[in-house]
Amino acid sequence: MLHKGEYKGKLIIVEGIDGSGKSTQIDLLYKWLLAQGKSVYFSEWNSSNLVKSTTKLAKKQKIFTPTTFSLLQATDFADRWQNYMLPMLKAGVIVLADRYAFTAFARDVARGVDREWVRNLYSFSVQPDLAFYFQVPLDVAVDRIMEGRAKLKYYEAGMDLGLSENRVTSFRLFQQRIINEYDRMTDEFSFKVIDGTLPVKQQQRQVRQHLRKILQGWRGLPNPLRTTRHTYHKPVEQIAGSQQAGKA
Amino acid sequence: MKEVKFYGAGFPYRPIKELPGKLIVLEGTDGVGRSTQIQLLRAWLEGEGYAVSDTGLRRSTLTQSGLDAAKQGHTLSPLTMSLFYATDFADRLENQIIPALKAGFIVLSDRYFYSVIARDVVRGANRAWSRKVYGFALIPNMILYLKASIPTLISRIVHGRGFNHWEAGMDIRCADNLYDSFCVYQAALIEQFDEMAKEFGFITIDANRSITHVNEQLRQHISKLFEEDQ
Repeated sequence: MLHKGEYKGKLIIVEGIDGSGKSTQIDLLYKWLLAQGKSVYFSEWNSSNLVKSTTKLAKKQKIFTPTTFSLLQATDFADRWQNYMLPMLKAGVIVLADRYAFTAFARDVARGVDREWVRNLYSFSVQPDLAFYFQVPLDVAVDRIMEGRAKLKYYEAGMDLGLSENRVTSFRLFQQRIINEYDRMTDEFSFKVIDGTLPVKQQQRQVRQHLRKILQGWRGLPNPLRTTRHTYHKPVEQIAGSQQAGKA
Repeated sequence: MKEVKFYGAGFPYRPIKELPGKLIVLEGTDGVGRSTQIQLLRAWLEGEGYAVSDTGLRRSTLTQSGLDAAKQGHTLSPLTMSLFYATDFADRLENQIIPALKAGFIVLSDRYFYSVIARDVVRGANRAWSRKVYGFALIPNMILYLKASIPTLISRIVHGRGFNHWEAGMDIRCADNLYDSFCVYQAALIEQFDEMAKEFGFITIDANRSITHVNEQLRQHISKLFEEDQ
């Protein structure tokens, strides 16, 4: 459905419901790639300044509808895509994204918008080189979320859907709908499914294996701040050498 | 409207059975006299005993301040502008237009998504993509397209609010000055409107004529819409 981007860089994204552990994994991946001296750029869902004030207003006053929520997040994504992710990919950088268009495909459809309609909204973006889906049963994710947090927010819990008066119940019903959407997208967008109940280290090993495969023989943008062992600048070489100790 | 129809999927999460009101859209480029005509139509319709609600682009409570700020800083690209405007449009449709139609109002809309699409396509957006974005939009009962020549538009702009950055398409630099840029940009928009007139079934009104004449034409068409009901 998404077109293939022929860029010098690599686009790696993670998806999964809240509490699936995807952010932990992408953070480890980011540090691992940096340690190898790669040029890496990290982008997070819903983080553009362009729509920040509008999102804040709408959440506070609870005036979002499923359609306006979807469109505003697409605006946010489009801004990040054109101004950060796409230029970085063209430059040859490894772009890591914590959530991508698939989050919209899962959440917005869970909120009731049309599947084809939301896919068209994001059709300016490309199919990632690797799309990881961290699959966890609902109970596991909910337990992780509830442990670390005092209160679920209104939209986060899907309270706008009127599924239940109880925030936790509403959250569970909403998240289950999202899981169903993710599961049906697995083939459509070639997700690499990672079992999110496995120990963190084991998941990361699988993630890195996939990375190694696509990075083999690939040369991206050199990182001027990190020199490899081929450099002739002796002092820098020493620094680089010492930090490469952890490299597999 | 007896039958509620959308250009695409509409709002699947909120099925609408019936909308007793009527949605009448006035379309046309900048300076064509839409707002003057809407004021006159509103007074006329209210005189006839209809409840009237009017709405226009970029008036939604959700996006107005955010859009205004973004336009000040010129940080909008054609793509983000297109999606931001679609957000504004959806908000007004769901929260103003549809509730008014449900309550049996005549809704006079100063432009609809056709203007936004015209603007987007002139800025390089994909035609099919833009149209699909508005799959949630309600099909109006009547679309009246006010069409005027560039010289008419210029005389109205000069004697009215003056040239402005966006109406002259200066964000895409059609020329190095506001006047030439306005001419090139508005001509491109008119081309888009002419194309859409067929596609969406616009009723084209010659807006080079006097305000009174144009208003008479509009009333004639709108009257037909009410005759159908009787």
